[in-house]
Order: sequence, then C-alpha cells, then structure tokens
Amino acid sequence: MSLALLIEQLLNGVQFGLMLFLMSAGLTLVFGVMGLINLAHGSLYMIGAFFCAAAAAATGNFWLGLMAGLIAAAAAGALIEVTVIRRLYNRDHLDQVLATFALILILSEGVRMLFGPFPLYLDAPAILRGTVDLGITQYSLYRLTLIVLGVAVAIGLWALIARTRLGIQIRAGENDREMIAALGVNIRALYTVVFALGAALAGLAGALVGAIQSVQVGMGEPVLILAFVVIVIGGIGSIKGAMVGALLVGVIDTMGRFLLPRFFATFLDPSQAMGVGAALASMLIYVLMALVLVLRPKGLFPAHA
Amino acid sequence: MRELRREHMLNALLAAALFAVPLWAYLVDEPFLITLATRVAILAMAGVGLNLALGLGGMVSFGHAVYFGLGGYCAGVLAHHAFNATPVLMGLDGTNQMLVIWLVAMALSGLLAAMIGALSLRTSGIFFIMITLAFAQMFFYFALSWPAYGGEDGLPIYVRNVFPGLNTMRPWNMFVIAFVMLMLVLALFAMIRASRFGAALMAIRQNADRVAAVGISPFGVKLAGFVISGMITGLAGAMMADLTRFVSPSMMAWQMSGELIVIIILGGTGRLFGPVVGAAILVGFEVIFGGLTEHWKFWLGLVLLSVVLFARGGFIGLLAGKERHG
Amino acid sequence: MNVKATLATGLVALSLGAGAAQAESVTIGMITTLSGGGAGLGVDVRDGFLLALEQADNSDIELVVEDDAQRPETAVQIAERMIQSERADILTGIIWSNLAMAVVPSVVEQDIFYISPNAGPSPLAGANCHENYFNAAWQNDTLHEAAGQTANELGYENTFIMAPNYPAGTDALNGFKRYYDGELAGELFTQVGQTDYAAEIAQIRDSDADSIFIFLPGGMGISFMRQYAQSGLDLPIVSAGFSFDQDVLPAMGSTALGVINTGQWSPDLDNEANEAFVEAFEEEYDRLPSIYASQGYDTANLILSALETADVSDKDAFREALRAADFDSVRGSFAFADNHHPIHRIYVREVVEVDGTLTNRIIGTAFEDDYRDVHGANCDM
Repeated sequence: MSLALLIEQLLNGVQFGLMLFLMSAGLTLVFGVMGLINLAHGSLYMIGAFFCAAAAAATGNFWLGLMAGLIAAAAAGALIEVTVIRRLYNRDHLDQVLATFALILILSEGVRMLFGPFPLYLDAPAILRGTVDLGITQYSLYRLTLIVLGVAVAIGLWALIARTRLGIQIRAGENDREMIAALGVNIRALYTVVFALGAALAGLAGALVGAIQSVQVGMGEPVLILAFVVIVIGGIGSIKGAMVGALLVGVIDTMGRFLLPRFFATFLDPSQAMGVGAALASMLIYVLMALVLVLRPKGLFPAHA
Repeated sequence: MRELRREHMLNALLAAALFAVPLWAYLVDEPFLITLATRVAILAMAGVGLNLALGLGGMVSFGHAVYFGLGGYCAGVLAHHAFNATPVLMGLDGTNQMLVIWLVAMALSGLLAAMIGALSLRTSGIFFIMITLAFAQMFFYFALSWPAYGGEDGLPIYVRNVFPGLNTMRPWNMFVIAFVMLMLVLALFAMIRASRFGAALMAIRQNADRVAAVGISPFGVKLAGFVISGMITGLAGAMMADLTRFVSPSMMAWQMSGELIVIIILGGTGRLFGPVVGAAILVGFEVIFGGLTEHWKFWLGLVLLSVVLFARGGFIGLLAGKERHG
Repeated sequence: MNVKATLATGLVALSLGAGAAQAESVTIGMITTLSGGGAGLGVDVRDGFLLALEQADNSDIELVVEDDAQRPETAVQIAERMIQSERADILTGIIWSNLAMAVVPSVVEQDIFYISPNAGPSPLAGANCHENYFNAAWQNDTLHEAAGQTANELGYENTFIMAPNYPAGTDALNGFKRYYDGELAGELFTQVGQTDYAAEIAQIRDSDADSIFIFLPGGMGISFMRQYAQSGLDLPIVSAGFSFDQDVLPAMGSTALGVINTGQWSPDLDNEANEAFVEAFEEEYDRLPSIYASQGYDTANLILSALETADVSDKDAFREALRAADFDSVRGSFAFADNHHPIHRIYVREVVEVDGTLTNRIIGTAFEDDYRDVHGANCDM
C-alpha cells in the first residue's frame, strides 16, 4: 500500500464528509430552531438532483442546472413548510415522523410521475472534468471542487449565523422561542426561511453529487440515515457538531471499506476476506455512533449543554 | 365510561370480523383472502409489540423492523439447517418445530432489544428516534452483506415449519394459528396495560421525574417495556417468515419500521385494537390500490398525511371517541 | 422423505382449488418491478411482452400485470393471489434473482408454469431445477462467463474484478473467473446500492491492472462510470450486458463509449425477427428496446408458440410444447437444454453512438451456438 493511495483515500473521505455536512447542516438547523424531525430531508436532496439534471439537459449548462436544483429544493422546502410542516411544530415527534414519512412517499412517487422511472443523465461541467496533479497523486478535479465548495459553504453558513441579523434570530430561536416572538420577530416567516435554507443546502448537495452518481428515485434516504448518524455523533442542533461528525463519518467509512478487507486478507483467503471485510465495514460507523453514545450521550458538541 | 364501553364493543366487533372474513373465504374456497387475513393478523401482532413501547411507553422506536427481521431469520435459519440436516453452530441442530422457533425468536429479539435499548434509552426524543433507526440500519446492512444465509437474496423456507397436530401448509390452519396468537398477544397487552408495571410505564411517559421521585427507576421500567416489545415483534417476524416461506433483509429495512409505525397510528396510538385496524387498512390499501395504479404509494402518502394532520387518534379514535386515559 | 410428503399434501389442497375453475381462456400473471429504483427493467420486460401479445392478437389470453416494488414479500403475496384468485395458468415477469428464489419454487410445485424473462439464479438451473420452470433469458453466470472468455480473447492478463457484495455479485465474479485465464490484479466487493466508488477507483489506480471487469447493474453502474471517467484512469472495461444496456446508457452518457460487454442479444443483431421487433418497438414506444425488452418479447413468443400446439390445461402436452421452443427468437438460434435454460450464442458488444443515441453494436462472438450453463450438470431432469 503506497502513501499516494492512502492520501487519495483520505481526500475521498473528506469529500464524502463535506457532502454529508451539507445534508446534516440543514437537518440540524431545523432540529435546533424548530424542534422538528424531518425525514423528508432526503427527498429534498433528490429534488435538487432531479431538477439540476433536467435543467442542465435542457440548457446544456451545468451551472444553470445547479441554480435550478438549488431553487427547486428551496421552493419545495418553502412550499412543504407552509402547507404541512407548519402544522407539526406543536405536535409530538411521533406525528412529525409519520407526517414526514408520508411526505417521502408523496415526493418520491411525485418525482417519478414527473421524470419517469429511468435514472437521469447529469455530468460535471467540461472545465471540471479530468484530474489535477497533487504532487504525490492524481486527483479528480471535480471531487477537489466539491471539497472547496463544501468548505466555502461551511464558512458562509458560519458567517450567516454568527454575523447577520437572520443569524441572530436563528440563535435566539434555538434558545428561547417565546422570547423571540415577544421581541417582535415574525416567527412564521423566520421558520419558513430556515426550512427553505436547510432544503437549499440539501438540494445543493444532491445536485453536486448527482453529477458523479446516479440521479434516481430513492437516492436521498441512504444519505438521510447517514446524516442522522452524523447528527447523533455531533450533537443535535450544533453546526459545529455536524461538521465534525460528518468528517468523522466520511473518513472512517471510506477508510474502513478500504482497510478492513486488507486486514482480514492477512489471515483469511482473499475472497472470504473481501466478503467479511465488506460486511463489517458497512457496520463501522454505527459502532462509532454506539461508542459516542456510551461516552457522551448528548453527542460531541451538545448545543444546549 | 360510555366511550370505554363503546371501545370494548368495537374491539369485539373487530375480532369477530377478522375471524369471519377468512371463515367465509374458507367456505367459498377463496384461499387468497385467508392468506391476506393471516398477513393482517401477523402484521397486527408486530404492531402490538411496537404499540407497547410506543403507545404505552412513549418510546418512538423507528427501528422495530430489526426485531421483526431477526425473528424472521430465526425461522429461516433454523429451518434451513433442519432441512439440510446441518448444525447451526457448536453442534446445535436446526429445527422445524414452530413452537421451538418462536421461543428462540423471542429470546434473541429480547436480547437484541436489551442491547439496543440499553444504549438508546440513555437518550430521548429526537435522539431516540434517530438512534433506533441507525441501529436497525446497521443490522440491515449486516444481513445484506454477510455471505452466509443468502445475503440480499434472502433465504427461502421450502417447507413451512410444523405445528403439533396441524398441517400448516393449509391456509386456514395457518390463519387459525396466527389468529389465536394475535388474541393471546392482545390479552397480554391488555394485562400489561392494567398492571402496576403498565401504570409505571405510562406514568413515565407523562413525567419521568415524578416517577423517579417515588423510587421507581424510569430507565429500568422503560428497558423492560422495550424488551417485551421487541420480543413480541420478533415473534411476529418468525410467523411472517413462515407465512411467506421466505426471509430477506428487506424485513429489516427502514421502510418496514416506518410501516409498523403507520400501522399503529392509522388504528390509534395506544389503543388495544389499533394495530389490528391499522394492519387491515394498510394491507387492504396495498391490495386494492396496488392493482389500480402503480403510483399507489403516492395516494397512501396523502392518506397518511391527512390522518396525521386532521384525524389524530386514528380510526378507533374516530369511532370510539377520545383515549380513555392520557 | 417425511418432509417431502407433508409438502405434497399441503400443495394438493391448494392446486385442487386452482384447477376447479379452468376455463378455455388462458390467464398469464406477470409479477414485475414497476416502481422504485429498478422500475426501468420491469417496464421494459412488460412492454416487450405486451408488444408480442398485441402482434399475436390472441383474444383467449388474459394478462394480469402487478408491481412487486422489488420486494420479495410483495412478490410472494402477488403470486399467491394470482394463483388462488385469478386462477393464473402461467406466471412470468420477475426481474430479480432474490424475488425469483422467493416465488418460483413454491409456484412450480403447485403445477403452475413459470417462465423467467430475466433472472436465472444458479439453484434453479441446478439442484433445484423443476419441470415447470423455464428460463427464456439466461442463467445468471452466462454473460459473466462470456466476459471472462472475452477478456482472454482481448489479451488481458491482469484484470481487476469488482461486484456488489451479494449472491448475484459473487456469482458474477465466479462466472468471470471460470473462463478467464489471466491473473487477477485485485478483487473487490462493494456495498449493494453503493453510490460512491472513489475508494475502489483509488485501489484500481494503485494496482497494476491492465483491464477492469465490473458487474454493477442499474444506478451503481451509472455512478461508477461517471466517477471513473473523472478519475483520469483509462483502463479498458469489460462487463456483462446488463450493466451497459438501453436502460442505463442514456444516463451514463459518453463515458460509456467503447465499453466491451457481452449479451445474447443486441439491437443490431441481423435476423428477420429482430429487425421486425426493433422497428415495431420503436414505433410503439418511441425508444430503443433494451436487452430486457427483447427478453420480454421472447418470453411472450415462447408462450404463444406453445399455446398454438397445446392446451395449457394439459400440463404434460403444454410442457412438451414449451420445451420444443418452436418460435422465432430475436436472438436467432434458441433451444432449451435439459435444465430448461437456453442454449444460445453469446455476442461481444461495444457501446457506440448512433445518430446521437448511445447503443450497442456486435463486434464478435464469445460463445458459439452450443453454449450451455455449467449448473445443468447438477439438475436431474
């Protein structure tokens, strides 16, 4: 095993982690501010990817597609918030789980009615295809761009929350909901904006990842469940926790899939080692989650300590 | 009190209906209807299990499919070894005796529920929902990729396991077994709800601190409730595997966990017969609308959404009025 | 023995009910995947099947189509309903091996015919073969074995092989290795439904492979090819046709160009039946047929040919008529081996672009007309 391979895998893990962060950030914001569990977050990821693919195919321009995916996801988020989610804030978590589970069924079938049963085509823009030479290894330019974009969005999000008026309202909302209504903030509008922001982040992740993956119905739920793991590890409602959790999950999952089969191959025959290694690698991040739970039941960075 | 009596009457009516429909099907030789009713009974049993944790204890487990699947695998794996006359592990033989399989399924499901519960019950609320989902997903992936017992392809049970004195291959016999077991499990649920243990479980859902103040450990009570809940769902899983003569990781998928919750809510959370009604609605919906349109899940989603938003208390709530105690 | 006896008595009870209402018309039940991520395959099998029925214009045939949503329990339930309520005589349509393994063994035991238009798991071709089970597509290993053979012919000596970690994936790698003579640069199992292949691509880069064999059907293949194209790697890829057919090619785009894959059929296959099929399919559905559509079409024509010479209520005569396989297959020559799986020629195809559409073209032959699968040796029929 060469150093180049190890570094390439590390980069892969970081890139995966940053895309997970885009998903988890929206989820954790919605938890933190509105106290809502949204299973349909994965559907917004899917909507971002589908609209990006459709618009990119219609215009021939990836960037226009990306905008379309972002806007579609944000708009879908706002629409869902106004029609359904708004009625769930005062309900218990059970109702929230069930209503957003119903939304998954509706949105998945809706997207299939709209776009048909076959996967859509979406490719990276021409200037981002190919690889760059990092000195010790070649690395996909598009994946490198995803890393840069992921970091940029994370910084932007931090600035938004720490430095803007909206950010102050969001932080106030996390701490004391009655207080902020008393201060005369339009809480209904604030909730819609926060939900649409989370949806836009999910849609962005879906559109970006859609260019290197298959754009198909059901693509959102596996990512959603990983985002849950991220949030449990990082701590609910904490953007910083989401970042740390996402990177941990991304790197450990990638490294586990890569190293565990090799580890078993030192004392098992290759085919068997592959099977056993792959099976255990798929459980690794859940073991990590269990460990964090035992040591810190509220996650690594609890928002309300 | 009048509402309470109305719910009792409704329950009796529901039990009678669940028995009468397949009986009629048996008399006019419509074996498929009998199989459907058996499916409803078994799904309802899985729902009763979850209802204990969710309805009484307020523990919203989004990972109960893992017990359902584990129970299924108990039936599948034991039957597989009995069929091939190979040992399961360390000289233990497989078996095709339903009663033995049920005991093993309940024991293992209970053990798994104890482990998952011990970790997950350290948290509550949204955390608990996500963690139970994630743990179920972990075992789902394990079942999917572990090479023995078929992985994603699943494990067929070529011959239904045997029950003393009954030919289980006949749809009517299989239905009677499932129906009797469902009634037993419902009786157990009613007993627990009326017991001191059940009262503690419900009190903790309302206010854990007050319960702790009188010297009862909320954690212990909840964990016990969670384990019993997992055991019942595991038993239902073993029976479902025998009904379909097949077990696969999809029994553990998160969609299954979602469906179990749906079953409870459609019928009415915490209601004795809620899962029975919910399972009947879900299976009926799938059979009727699945034949009409390939987009039936879209409509199922709309129905669910309307129930949550506008008909809290589910079907039984609509017919029998408010829940009798909070 | 005791076990078998219990099975038999139980099933006689079931099949008596089914036999009572035998009418002159024939009911065919199609259980296939029309919703979810794998819906494209089921839609194509169904459309190919329907096209053949339309062309035959046989008013005695009643077709019932149901969606299994790619879930084994649902498929089992639909099969029971089709047999018990619809009194179906023939079942067909299942796409996935795991669903076939859940449904087929009990269906054929009830004296119902099952004709597979897609899945061909090895137990059903070998130890668990059955007189009422016919496969009109292929045994699962076939196209992978052909890919191994093709790798030899292309002079590959150090191939990196990869498939999802489930039985069909293991079968794929074993099938490839059965015919491939060179060395293995590496062997990897990926997760089922995996969407990111960066870790695998890095390992391929790190090995000194001269070629890659993959089996990644559906969305997994699309994801892999996108990421492979952007990885800077340029090793030739050889694969089985199901990862590179009309259902996924449009979504893969130009990254799939030049991939060598194997198939028993290709849209440009030069025979009368196929020319007529491709033209009629495009006319009817306004898209190119896939290998799955061709299998659905062949399955329907096989059933139609048997119905012409025998009545389905005469099980033995109908079985003989099916076994004769007296129909014009779009793949040219077609016959059944003793285990009721096809004896057919396997072609080597290449992904090309014709008038702006990605499709496959035949460039050679991997196995001649007399190919049959290895599992037949374990079938005592």
